[in-house]
Amino acid sequence: MTNSRIRLAMLVAAVAFAGAFTYACQTSSGPAAGAGDAASEVYVAPGEHDEFYAFMSGGFSGNVTVHGLPSGRLIKTIAVFSQYPENGWGYSEETKDMLRTSFGLIPWDDSHHPQLSQTDGIPDGRWLFINGNNTPRVARVDLSKFETEEIIEIPNSGGNHASPFITPNSEYVIASTRFSVPIPQADVPIATFKENFSGTLTFIRADQPGEMDIAFQIHVPGFDYDIAHSGRQVSDGWAFFTTYNTEQEHTLLEVNASQADKDFVAAVNWRRAETCVAEGAGSVVPGQYVHNVMGEDRIGRSELKNSVRMIEPADCSDMIYFLPTPKSPHGVDVDPTGEYIVAGGKLATTIPVHSFSKMIDAIANEQFETVIDGIPVLEYEAVLAGEVQEPGLGPLHTEFDADGNAYTSMFISSEVVKWRLGTWEVLDRQEAYYSTGHLMIPGGDSSQPFGKYVVALNKITKDRYLPTGPELAHSAQLIDISGDNMRLLLDFPTMGEPHYAQGLPAELVTANQVQMFDLTENTNPYATLTEADARIERDGSTVHVYMTTIRSHFAPDNIEGIMVGDTVLFHVTNLEQDWDVPHGFAVIGARNSELLVMPGETRTLRWVPQRVGVFPFYCTDFCSALHQEMQGYIRVSERGSNPTIAYGTGG
Amino acid sequence: MTNLKASPASRRIVLAAALALVALYFVPLWKISLEAPQYPEGIGLLIQIDNIEGVGPHDLKNINGLNHYIGMKEIVPEAIPELSYMPWILAVLIGWGLLAAATGKRWLLYSWFGVLVVTAVAGLVDFYLWGYDYGHNLDAEMAIIKIPGMTYQPPLIGTKNLLNFTATSLPALGGWIGILAGLLVGWRTWKEARGARRARATAG
Repeated sequence: MTNSRIRLAMLVAAVAFAGAFTYACQTSSGPAAGAGDAASEVYVAPGEHDEFYAFMSGGFSGNVTVHGLPSGRLIKTIAVFSQYPENGWGYSEETKDMLRTSFGLIPWDDSHHPQLSQTDGIPDGRWLFINGNNTPRVARVDLSKFETEEIIEIPNSGGNHASPFITPNSEYVIASTRFSVPIPQADVPIATFKENFSGTLTFIRADQPGEMDIAFQIHVPGFDYDIAHSGRQVSDGWAFFTTYNTEQEHTLLEVNASQADKDFVAAVNWRRAETCVAEGAGSVVPGQYVHNVMGEDRIGRSELKNSVRMIEPADCSDMIYFLPTPKSPHGVDVDPTGEYIVAGGKLATTIPVHSFSKMIDAIANEQFETVIDGIPVLEYEAVLAGEVQEPGLGPLHTEFDADGNAYTSMFISSEVVKWRLGTWEVLDRQEAYYSTGHLMIPGGDSSQPFGKYVVALNKITKDRYLPTGPELAHSAQLIDISGDNMRLLLDFPTMGEPHYAQGLPAELVTANQVQMFDLTENTNPYATLTEADARIERDGSTVHVYMTTIRSHFAPDNIEGIMVGDTVLFHVTNLEQDWDVPHGFAVIGARNSELLVMPGETRTLRWVPQRVGVFPFYCTDFCSALHQEMQGYIRVSERGSNPTIAYGTGG
Repeated sequence: MTNLKASPASRRIVLAAALALVALYFVPLWKISLEAPQYPEGIGLLIQIDNIEGVGPHDLKNINGLNHYIGMKEIVPEAIPELSYMPWILAVLIGWGLLAAATGKRWLLYSWFGVLVVTAVAGLVDFYLWGYDYGHNLDAEMAIIKIPGMTYQPPLIGTKNLLNFTATSLPALGGWIGILAGLLVGWRTWKEARGARRARATAG
């Protein structure tokens, strides 16, 4: 305990020192040197497009934001795990099942790590995956529509953090339990953590859209499984997970889980696991999870599943090894060649780099320190490629360029440090404002870094923007890495806490854009394909309003015959077949949201009128010069008055 | 005795021109393009021998949607009679040309050229009249945007500003093929006529 107190005291001193240093630098240097040049380098003239897409995790907003680089401009919020009243995501009848879980509809999550789909280890621009940390889930966003199309829940997990970290041909996205829990869940004393708590590493089949499925789970010791990355090139077929709390403590972890000098990187040979599964290893265990898919008819549907295949390390030899790694490692990053596995020991004073080839040799030579629950622990020196000395304080995450350089974020000393793979020498430092977490180089966690910029995703903004009360903007910083020395170009705010990001050249995404949905292919059973078909049908106390929109009117726009307490389902079909002409639908007293209906699409809003009267509805998305006229009325009569249904537009 | 046959070269060129007209069944004759700030990528109509369709898959629908603001009639290809009989007129023209090439009779060549010119002029006049009708006979009741004195007739050929749109009307590939075929036939008609005149002069 005394030792740890001293270490903590040193850490606090280091933080204070780093803060003072940062402040001094800022006041002495004023605005970034060469700010004029930087301005022109991030300037994207009106009407021109950015060179890269950047997909930022929306953090506790549960969503993903899309920015252009180098401008940093926010161009889209993609609703993923959180209900999004702006377009009705998770509220409309067609989308609410997408947020379904084994706990019911969960309207929120904490999204952490976006991952682009890859082909041959290179981002291919088809899909973006992102994890939900709180209620363990992984979502797939289709990048032709910038829309969430699939969400799968992860059973036997508590906090899906080391996720989704895709394999080089998108075979799997992975998941882990950050918080070990009783598996299967059980009513046990928390103090029995060491006996009763354990973890899982999950491999989710991901290369067939609409068919994501939990291929298998690996049952692992009760540590915290933090971050991961899949191997690539020489290490293709492996995945690497950091662990902390190998002390297996269950309270005051900030102290108790910081005791061991080394925790582990878990190296998982997933090809080997596949073979074992194919040979029938492991067993089918209970585990409820829900799989939600947006169908071809653009209706989300949920399927509840009840079991998964679980493998014990003892069931499958040579499948998993532990690599000792100093001080509660956080990020684990694999260089473009796949040889180097960089771990960010967040309390360490060095950056340890493991060698994949040395690891393979050490396994062959059985250089094991010990074995934990059937998992061999390799000797640290036997797998170590090298250590970056004095990199800074609090190394967290590393990204790579195509020239053999690595860039590591330093949380405590608030800087990005560039160093050389192989020689481990520090080449350059760039201050970050402040407390940078993840970094992102377009393609910087793939076999083909596209380079040019590193984006620092900062945890604290403090004085970087106009103050906005107690809660301040979260921030990213764009840093040029095209020369020998890094140059800070731009600050730009982000949504939620941006945990991680992905980037790629814009043309990989722009080539496949969907501009609208073909009305003739609209198979929603409540679609209304022509204005002549607009109608109202009563079915008991449910009233279906088959409504169309086209610039700039609703059909019908006068509705009578509704009673208080009816369930009114507005099935709104947008008849437009023109790019960028959505129509909105909003009705007074709607306790869910509005609808935003894309051209050719049908979306349904449930509305239960509570009062007698005549109530307006209108289009919320400015659609034409006569948008303001795009409105209508719905008359609500007393319950039991059985008014005649009447409706129409014009005439 | 005067030779009533066209030269082999003329017959070959006439044959080529007649066959070239077959392409008019497959490629558009005319194109009307519209540009506006809201449509930087452009929007437009293609006039085919038997149809009017959008340049993009939904352009016709969207042009009709835009036209409703000014009270213009909806463009419904099925309701335009010319589109149902123009393919037959073209068939007659091609047949006439093939016959002229096959027989080599000069009078068939001359008459073919005459018919081609008349058809082209009639077609342009008809096109103008349709444009005039759509552009002037606006539904005053349904028109949302009414500008006194403003009409919306698209140009017959060339470019014209219509409110926020710049409309450009030009022959499309089929139109150019027709024009080229007409010029070739005209050229051979002129050569044959000159040859025949000289022959008569020599004979006389």
